[in-house]
Amino acid sequence: MYQFSGKLKIFSLALIIVGALGIAFSFYSGSQLTVESAKEIIANQSHGDSHGSAVEGTHSTTKEHDTSGSHTSDGNIDKEMSAHGAHGDDSHAEHVLHQLQNRPWSAFYVALFFFLGTTLLVLAFYASQRVAQSGWSIVLFRVMEAITANIVPVSILMLVFIGLTVGHFNHIFPWMAEGTFDPSSENYDAIVDGKSWWMNVPGWAIRSVVYLLLWNLYRWFIRKNSIAEDTANDGFKTYKKNYNASVIFLFIFMITESMMSWDWIMGLDPHWFSTLFGWYVLATLLVSALTVIAFVTIYLRSKGALPQVNDSHIHDLAKFMFGFSVFWTYLWFAQFMLIWYADIPEETTYFLARFNEYKLPFLGMVVMNFVFPVLLLLNSDFKSIPWFVIIGGIVILAGHYVDVFIMVMPATVGGQWFFGIPEISALLFFLGIFIYTVFSAFSKANAVPTGNPFLEESAHFHYYNIEHRGEGSADH
Amino acid sequence: MESSKVIHAFYTDDEILLDAVKAVKAKHHHIEEVFCPFPVHGLDKAMGLAPTRLAITSFLYGITGLAVAIWLTKYIMIEDWPQDIGGKPNFTWWANMPAFVPILFELTVFFAAHLMVITFYMRSRLWPFKEAENPDPRTTDDHFLMEIPVHNNEVELTKLLTNTGAVEINIVDKH
Repeated sequence: MYQFSGKLKIFSLALIIVGALGIAFSFYSGSQLTVESAKEIIANQSHGDSHGSAVEGTHSTTKEHDTSGSHTSDGNIDKEMSAHGAHGDDSHAEHVLHQLQNRPWSAFYVALFFFLGTTLLVLAFYASQRVAQSGWSIVLFRVMEAITANIVPVSILMLVFIGLTVGHFNHIFPWMAEGTFDPSSENYDAIVDGKSWWMNVPGWAIRSVVYLLLWNLYRWFIRKNSIAEDTANDGFKTYKKNYNASVIFLFIFMITESMMSWDWIMGLDPHWFSTLFGWYVLATLLVSALTVIAFVTIYLRSKGALPQVNDSHIHDLAKFMFGFSVFWTYLWFAQFMLIWYADIPEETTYFLARFNEYKLPFLGMVVMNFVFPVLLLLNSDFKSIPWFVIIGGIVILAGHYVDVFIMVMPATVGGQWFFGIPEISALLFFLGIFIYTVFSAFSKANAVPTGNPFLEESAHFHYYNIEHRGEGSADH
Repeated sequence: MESSKVIHAFYTDDEILLDAVKAVKAKHHHIEEVFCPFPVHGLDKAMGLAPTRLAITSFLYGITGLAVAIWLTKYIMIEDWPQDIGGKPNFTWWANMPAFVPILFELTVFFAAHLMVITFYMRSRLWPFKEAENPDPRTTDDHFLMEIPVHNNEVELTKLLTNTGAVEINIVDKH
């Protein structure tokens, strides 16, 4: 049985504490902001620091809007971000102030969603392996189960976040601003009001809680019964029960995942909509999930905790990372190209804001999520070498964090983005929680799911084309 | 010529064939060819054949296809006659790149797939009206055949092959 080492425990707790301090600091400095300090920041930015060009971009689009007099989509961005359409003198500073105040919230939310979604997709991938009755991945089941343990703490934090958002402690979701649905208010937004049958605070909060409950319910059930499977000896009754539960979960998951992506991500830009968005979010989280499985597997194998895992299992994980990287690119491009090609203002505004103010991360993520993994993981030999998988995986994970960053940030902080203390400390905080929960969960159960009927096949899994050289390869 | 003589050993099971190949290799005899009705997993490794480089050629063909597609779109749409078609930006290739991606992708796949297949046909000498090189029609149905050149060691080879479970052993003159 695996022993959660004291060193790793202290390391994860240190990450949590450092992260929490950084988060507290960024919320404190966020609360000190006033309209005056926002004005000062605007003045500094036009003197040409790293954000100079981005802010100029915003100015020029705003000017276009003013002179043409037409209701272009650029006006909508400003409107939805500041929750009021007028461009008075102070309104620009107020608008920037809102963006600056959103930053610690958004930084926390990006990391929270990234870790929640990645953990959720590990759970979904695990369910798919049960449903497909796959023969290769059984020896990785306990790794995947351990990773899904992280869904409990991130769900609790998500619940806290939902509560604070509903309680108007932040301005992350512009449609939650006061007066959005009230025709007599100057904040009234007819477009969002037309969507109020879906986009309303009670509905949003109830749906969010339901998603989290359903996911946690399956995770609790399957973990309990997967361990029960080891000693059940009941003619595979428990195994079949787990199979059925996984089928039902996958059905529920596909529906809740789509709705979750509308509620939690697309709702940040309430004027914009895209039909394949749920799939796109799924793809980005799925690649991250597979990379995380590969990382934890490689780490545990190097510690000797997974004696039956051989290079072919690593090779298969790397193939999935490769394949779903391409799948992500396909969906990213399909969404981008259809909108770019037709260039309908109400849709294009989404990419215009991202292309003008986030050019480096926006284009850089395509290199990180597509070009790099494709070139690195194309070779069959490379896919079975842990170090190549780790190098590829680090770039993939960073790239998909940037992807979530670009889904969230332009809607909440706009041109005022930066990758600094709030973002890094939120990442460290969730990484610490991840390490602590995953490895303590792994140490609590047998590393080999002995009751699974496909265990023997999985232990002897060998992809014909590669030579085994790593740990656990001696007897194959 | 004496070296044109070969021995043909027949087997009826792929597992037995695989063991026989290993036994013959252990005795350092050269195996000229093995004829099978279907692919036998691990046979290439047992015979010590070098891994194929077909995937590498395919990658290079894919890059070629991508280059052709880039040149094609750039020459036609940007350089030769840059018309305004529905307001698409044609000032530079990059400005209109997203519109070209479908053809870039398809030509990459087209070149990678077709040129690799043609390479495979040429390297394995397959073409229409080619005379079949099959030494015995049973090897396309339910028999496996191992062909070993004979160098004045007929007796020794026959004994070895009989021990490996061959169902039939013939000595054949190859022209």
